Amino acid sequence: MKIRFKQPSVLPGFGLTFGFTLFYLGLIVLLPLAALFWTSAGMGWSDFYSTVSSPRVVAAYRLSFGAAAVAACVNAVFGFIVAWSLVRYSFPGRRIVDAMVDLPFALPTAVSGIALTTIYSRNGWIGRLLEPLGIQAAFSPLGVTIALTFIGLPFVVRTLQPAFEDLDAETEEAAASLGASRWQTLRRVILPAVLPSLLTGFALAFARALGEYGSVVFISGNMPMRTEIAPLLIVSRLEQYDTVGATAIAAVMLTISFVILLAINLIQWRASKQSRIA
Amino acid sequence: MRTVATTKPARRSTLSEPVWVRWLLIGAALSFLGLFLLIPLAAVFVEAFRKGVGAYFAAFRDPAALAAIKLTLLVAAVAVPLNCVFGLAASWAIAKFNFIGKHLLITLIDLPFAVSPVISGLIYILLYGLNGWFGPWLAEHDIQIIFAVPGIVLATLFVTFPFVAREVIPLMQAQGAEDEEAAVTLGASGWQTFFRVTLPNVKWAVLYGVILCNARAMGEFGAVSVVSGHIRGKTNTLPLHVEILYNEYNFVAAFAAASLLAILALATLALKSFVEWRTHRTAPNPLEIPYEGGPLA
Repeated sequence: MKIRFKQPSVLPGFGLTFGFTLFYLGLIVLLPLAALFWTSAGMGWSDFYSTVSSPRVVAAYRLSFGAAAVAACVNAVFGFIVAWSLVRYSFPGRRIVDAMVDLPFALPTAVSGIALTTIYSRNGWIGRLLEPLGIQAAFSPLGVTIALTFIGLPFVVRTLQPAFEDLDAETEEAAASLGASRWQTLRRVILPAVLPSLLTGFALAFARALGEYGSVVFISGNMPMRTEIAPLLIVSRLEQYDTVGATAIAAVMLTISFVILLAINLIQWRASKQSRIA
Repeated sequence: MRTVATTKPARRSTLSEPVWVRWLLIGAALSFLGLFLLIPLAAVFVEAFRKGVGAYFAAFRDPAALAAIKLTLLVAAVAVPLNCVFGLAASWAIAKFNFIGKHLLITLIDLPFAVSPVISGLIYILLYGLNGWFGPWLAEHDIQIIFAVPGIVLATLFVTFPFVAREVIPLMQAQGAEDEEAAVTLGASGWQTFFRVTLPNVKWAVLYGVILCNARAMGEFGAVSVVSGHIRGKTNTLPLHVEILYNEYNFVAAFAAASLLAILALATLALKSFVEWRTHRTAPNPLEIPYEGGPLA
């Protein structure tokens, strides 16, 4: 049998819409991304390696990864509590709180950046309270972590909410009737069921934090080796007209993003396979 | 918005937590959200009005501010319709036909969400910058893309690329092609079928995508900042204008401009909730969360 590219249909317009989709995708997305990998491939391995392994770049990667990981952990813990409260409990203002969870991606990053900096700087609302304790929030790695926590906030909540809603009340009843305490039910029944969603939310928040720029540049203070994140380093290389250096740093980051994307797909695929078997 | 009491039946004590644990968890959730959402939002408005209403409105009489607002509206007016047309075309091709490589195509459409905003700007410099692939040719023909409005539009198109498509594709796929096949069999033309049958079925999903696409188009900072060149009154969008004012220590004007963007964000959330309510979407699909600089499966 001859394998057809497209199954026959009575509907018109495949050629037009498919052609336009490919053309537009190529023009806006694929060609520019190809340029990135092409440019970094043209550098030669030793140039590439010496650029991305210079101390300043390594320090930036380390801060980006470390702060993004801490922020994603904070979001995993509090996102769990927020999602649980929104799904399981009723309290006044629940609907508004639910809608507000999306604020971090509705609010332009520059706005959240200057707002957070103002709050956490030495005479800001919260910075003022932290100062006597000897904690400097703005212009320190802690500030970077706060900004990354803010922008990653919706992900764990939004991935866990449907998972909690899908939980079967009967399983919990069964666990309770077999003598499990509420804590045991949570640990042995609920947590394993929502783990794929929790991991997905964590990975999404982590990945988002890794590439974040707008909300961090203001609060970080941008000190080389100390509070400089990788995306900022790309910008400063571009400002020095070092396009090739910027491209090398970007290629590493993009590759890592794609690996995380792959991991999320894998988690989702395994979870859907398991739920089909169950 | 009214608070609606939940209709869930009361759970037996073995199936829920003691009251004190419940309130502890709700308290922890609300404190966390208050600290990270409410305080920053409040700070924007408090700082904007710090020197009174007069100083607030004076910030918008600055010609550079007006130019920034105009440019932001222009960029959104170009980017949103283009990505909307693309989203509808891609949905039609993907949802109404079966062809090889469909999953790959869907993954590629989502790709821009996996790219850091800064990198989204950088890739256009590599193509259209002075030393880029098309740089010499563009210079010869006296066309400027980078550090000019076309570059800003291109970077915005990239970061908002998937929004409409990823809302409409799953819905069209779920609806199938039977309605359209019936219409065509009864003699309707392709365009008639699209406008009279398909579009009414997906209008809320399109609206949802457009709302999110528009919010991002008007608020994008990283990608636009890389390609804009920050020429005051010419290539500054509103978020870039906020940055410049802030770095000049002109805090009232910076927060005044930021308050416009914050109002846009609140309006976006309200509209989004309205569409969710109209379409009875309970919780948003987590994998549809649009965001900057991270992968979406």
